[in-house]
Amino acid sequence: MASVTIDGRSYDVEAGDNLLHACLSLGFDLPYFCWHPAMGSVGACRQCAVKVFRSPEDHKGRLVMACMTPATDGLHLSLDDPEARAFRASVIEWLMTNHPHDCPVCPEGGECHLQDMTVMTGHVHRRYRFRKRTFRNQYLGPFIAQEMNRCIACYRCVRFYRDYAGGQDFDVFASHRYVFFGRSADGVLENEFSGNLAEVCPTGVFTDKPLGREYARKWDMAGSPSICVHCGLGCNVTVNARAGRLRRLLNRYHHEINGYFLCDRGRFGYGFADQPERFRQPLRRGQPASRAETLEHLKDVLAKAKIIGIGSPRASLEANFALRQLVGPDRFHLGLAADQHRLVSLIIDVLQKGPAPAATLAEAEAADAVLVLGEDLPNTAPRLALALRQASRQKGFAIADRLEIPRWLDISVRDAVQEERSPIYIATADATRLDDVASGVYRLADGEVARLGFAVAQAVDGDGPRVPDASPDLAALAQVIALALCEAKRPLVVSGTGSASQAVVEAAANVAWALCHRGREARLSMVVPECDSLGLGLMGGGSLADAFQAVEAGAADTLIVLENDLYRRAERTAVEHCLDQLRHLVVLDHTPHRTAARAEVLLPAASFAEGDGTLVNNEGRAQRFFSVRPPPADIQESWRWLRDLAALRGDPSVTAWQRLDDVTAACAAALPVLAGITEAAPGADFRVDGAKIPRQPPRYSGRTAMHADQTIREPKPADDPDTPLSYSMEGSAVALPPSAIPYFWAPAWNSVQAVNKFQQEVGGLLRGGPPGVRLIHPGHPGRRSYLPEIPRPFTPRRGRWWIQPLHALFGSEELSRHSPPIAERLATPSLALPPTDAARLGLAEGALVELRLGSETLRLPVSLHPALAAGTGGLTAGLPETLGLPLPAWAEVRAVSETPP
Amino acid sequence: MYSLLRTIWLIFLHLFHRRVTVEYPERKAYLAPRWRGRIILSRDPDGEERCVACYLCAVACPVDCIFLQKGELVGGRWYPQQFRINFSRCIFCGYCEEACPTYAIQLTPDFEMSEYDRHNLVYEKEDLLISGVGKYPGYSFYRVAGLAIPGKDKGQAENEEPPFDPKRLLP
Repeated sequence: MASVTIDGRSYDVEAGDNLLHACLSLGFDLPYFCWHPAMGSVGACRQCAVKVFRSPEDHKGRLVMACMTPATDGLHLSLDDPEARAFRASVIEWLMTNHPHDCPVCPEGGECHLQDMTVMTGHVHRRYRFRKRTFRNQYLGPFIAQEMNRCIACYRCVRFYRDYAGGQDFDVFASHRYVFFGRSADGVLENEFSGNLAEVCPTGVFTDKPLGREYARKWDMAGSPSICVHCGLGCNVTVNARAGRLRRLLNRYHHEINGYFLCDRGRFGYGFADQPERFRQPLRRGQPASRAETLEHLKDVLAKAKIIGIGSPRASLEANFALRQLVGPDRFHLGLAADQHRLVSLIIDVLQKGPAPAATLAEAEAADAVLVLGEDLPNTAPRLALALRQASRQKGFAIADRLEIPRWLDISVRDAVQEERSPIYIATADATRLDDVASGVYRLADGEVARLGFAVAQAVDGDGPRVPDASPDLAALAQVIALALCEAKRPLVVSGTGSASQAVVEAAANVAWALCHRGREARLSMVVPECDSLGLGLMGGGSLADAFQAVEAGAADTLIVLENDLYRRAERTAVEHCLDQLRHLVVLDHTPHRTAARAEVLLPAASFAEGDGTLVNNEGRAQRFFSVRPPPADIQESWRWLRDLAALRGDPSVTAWQRLDDVTAACAAALPVLAGITEAAPGADFRVDGAKIPRQPPRYSGRTAMHADQTIREPKPADDPDTPLSYSMEGSAVALPPSAIPYFWAPAWNSVQAVNKFQQEVGGLLRGGPPGVRLIHPGHPGRRSYLPEIPRPFTPRRGRWWIQPLHALFGSEELSRHSPPIAERLATPSLALPPTDAARLGLAEGALVELRLGSETLRLPVSLHPALAAGTGGLTAGLPETLGLPLPAWAEVRAVSETPP
Repeated sequence: MYSLLRTIWLIFLHLFHRRVTVEYPERKAYLAPRWRGRIILSRDPDGEERCVACYLCAVACPVDCIFLQKGELVGGRWYPQQFRINFSRCIFCGYCEEACPTYAIQLTPDFEMSEYDRHNLVYEKEDLLISGVGKYPGYSFYRVAGLAIPGKDKGQAENEEPPFDPKRLLP
C-alpha cells in the first residue's frame, strides 16, 4: 500500500500501480486512450497527463503521464491543476484535428470513448484551420467494418491484435500523422478474436459490422446479462435487442472467465435466434398448428404412450430437469454422443474426486507452465487459447519483476523479455493456431498423445502406470515436459473432449494429480463442447444407446427430444433406425435440424434471447442467463412446454411451476450436486430500491411511436415473472448485483469503458464478486491416478487411415452456423491427409476421394495438412457432411480423381 | 340600473371597434417562419434525403414519439428505412429540430392536422418527407462529413486532403 495525495486529499493505493490505474480505481474521471487494463501502458496518446509535485511545498510541479508513472508512497499529484487540465484539453484538440465531422453517421456515436473524453476535457471548438488527412478503407471480412479517417492513432488495435491475440495479418503502416491500421491488402481478418477490435478501438475506426446492418444506438438497445452458448467456457455476454430483434452481443466483464475479450464465434453467433427459418409456432407433421390443438393432440398421445426423454447439452439445466421430471429419472437420457457421454462423466469424476481443481480462465492466464493434451483450443475453446497465449508471458513477467520493470509497462516488459516464453507443450492431432507460443508441439495420433501424457505423469511422480514399449524418444520428451511442469509454481494441464479419447483425458488427469502429489498447485482445464455439457453430466441420466435400446426393445414408443439434433450424436443409420420405430416423436427446439424435420409434433422453444436458465461451464460454475426480449406469441421456454405436457398428464409437482425460480429450486432440491444453482443469480423477487432492474437504458427512445402502427395506445411492457429484470426503462440501475447487470453505463462514461465504474478496482473483480457459483469442489488431496490400459503405440496400416475429429471455429458448432456473418466463414468439408500419404495415393490438394468409415461412404476433396502424423487423417466434425460419424476410427480411402475437378 | 345601462353602452361601443375574430378557415392566421408546427423531413440541395438516421431526434424527444430505423444505401450513405412520428403524442417542443445535425427534421408553420381518428396522427416517412430544403437552404451534411458516399469520394469533403496511400515510401 502507498499513501498518495491527490488534489490535497490522501488516498491509499496499491504501491507500484500506475497512477492512471490508481486514479480510475479511486473513481476519478481521468481521460485516457491508449491504456487498457488488460494490455497495460504504452504512453502513446499523452492524454492522461497529471501534475506531480516533489513535496507539499512544491507548487510548480511537473506534468507526467499518469499511465507511465508508478504510485509511490507520499506522492503528491493533482488532476485539477490548471496546467494539467489545459494540457489534456490541447491533446484532445490535436487528436481531433484529423477527425472527420461524421459522428451522426458513425456507429460508435453515443458509446464512443473519444466523445466521452472530448466532453470530459471540455474541448468544444475546432481552431485548426488546415486540412484533414484521409484514407481509403479496407474490406476486413463479415465481422468488422473499418472507417480509417476516424483514427486517433492510440495503437490499441494493433497492440490487441498482434501482441495480445497473436494475429499476424494486421499491422500499422506509414508514419507520423499518416499511420494506417489495417491489413496489407483487403481481406478477411484471420484472427479468431478480431471482433474485439470493435470494443478495443476507442473511436469508430473498427465497428461491429452485423450491428451496422441493423443499427441502433446504445441508448436505444435493451440489454440483458447472458451467457455465451457457443462453447463450454461460459463467457459472460451482454445481449442487446431493440424492437424485438437482436442487434449485437457484447463482452460482459467477468474477472475469472472472459475478462475483457470474447471470441468471434461467441460475439457473432447470436444470429441463429433471429434467422427466418427459426421455429416460431407449433408444427404438426411440418404444418403450422395452433397451440391449443397441438396440446390437445399431445394429450391423447401422452395418455397412451410409453415415453422416454432425451435432454440436451445446449439447453438450460431447468429445461433438462423439467424433462427429467416429466418422463421420470430412469427414462431420462442425456442426449450426448456415446464417446462424449463417457468423456463428460469422466471429466466430472476427475474434477470432483481428484486433488487438482478446475482452472478458471484467469488462473489459466496466470499459469507458468502448460501442457495441452489432444485439444485444438483455438477451435474448441478459443477464449482459453487466448488465456494460454497470455500464460506464455508469465516467464517474461518473472524476468520483468527481477529487473524491477512494472508489469503494466508493456513495451518495456516486451523489450526486456524478447522471445522468452513460459513452457507450453501442445500435443494434438493437427497444427493449432496456438503453436506459435508453444515451446514444443507434437503431432500425434490420440493414442500417442495419451501415451505421452502417461509418460509425463510417470516422469513427474515416479508412480502411476508405466507406458509399455515406450521408445527412448518418448521417455526423453516426457522427462523434458515433466521437468518444465515441476519447475513451475502454477502448472496447468489442459485437455478435453476434443480428441474424443478417454485415454487422453485420463492421462491429463494423471499428470495434474502427479503434480499435486509433488506439492505443486496444479490446475486442470477440461474443455467440454457445449454450454451445458457439464451441467447435464452432473444431472446424470441414461446414455443415448440406452434410449435407442429402449425403443428397440419396445419399452418406449414415444420420444421427447429437448433442443437436440440426434443426428449429431449418433450415426445416421442408428438414429434413423430408432426414429423409424417410434410411434410419436415430439421435438422442442428453436433451430431447424434433421431430427426436428422428422418430428410429429414440434414445439417452438425459446432460445437464449427469450428464455432464462442456468448453465454450468467447464469449470463447474453455474451461471444464469436472462432473456433480452419477451418470447413472441407461440414461443415459450422449454421448461414451460414440458410443464404444460406434465399438466396434460396431471403431474401435480410439475404443474405447480409458475416461474423459473420454482424449477431452479425443485432442481436444486432434487439433485444435491446442483444444490448451489439457486445462488447463481438473484431470483425473480430481487429488487433494487423496491423496483426491478430495467433492461432498457433511461434514454431508450421511440417508446410511444414504436408500436403506433399497430395500436395508438402505448402497450403495457411485458411482464417478466422469471427474473429480477423488467422489459422497460423503469426501475433502479444502481448498485446492481454482478450477475444481473444489463448494460455498463455510468455518468460521463457512455462507452464500454464504463465497466471501470462497476469494478472494485480497474481490471479487478466486479463489485459484489464474481458472478456464478462453483458447483464442483476438488476432492481431498490424496494420491490418486487412473490405471487404465495404456494404448499401444500407433502403427499406420496399409490402405487405411486413422481418421480423427478436427474442429473448426466456424462450422463445428451447431447454433452459430446459422448466424449470417458466421455463415460467410464456414469451414468446408474435406479430408485432411498428410502430404506424404496423399502423394502415395497420388492425390493433389483438392482431389476427390471416397472415404469408407463404418457404414458411411463419403466423397470429399482432400486437403493437405503437413502437420498430421503419417497414417492419420482428419475430418472436420460437426459439419452437415460429417455429423454423427464415430470419430476417431479407421477408414478406407480411395482416390476418385487425382487432381481437383 | 346604472351598471345595466353602462354594460349596454359598452356593448354598443364595440360596434365601432376593430374586429379581432378571424374568419378562419376562410382567412388564415399569420404564422411566423419559426412557428413550431407539423414536423417534416427535408431534402438537401441535391434533392437527396437529408436525414442520416443518427437517432438524435428520437433520443431528444421528451415524449419518445419518434421511431426510426437506419438503413444504408449501396455506397455507404445512411438513410432512414423507416421514420415514424406519433403526432398524437408530439408536444411540438422543437427539441428534435434542435438536435438534428443535418437540418433534416424541421418544424413548419402548420398546425392544421386534426383528425377524428388518432391512428391518422401516426405519420410514416412518406407523410413526413418533403421535396425541398425547408428553412435551411444550401446545407448538405455529406459535403461536410468525412464519410464517402457515391458521388463524393474520400478526400472530397470539406477541409480534406486527398486520400493517403499508406504504402507510399515518401515521408
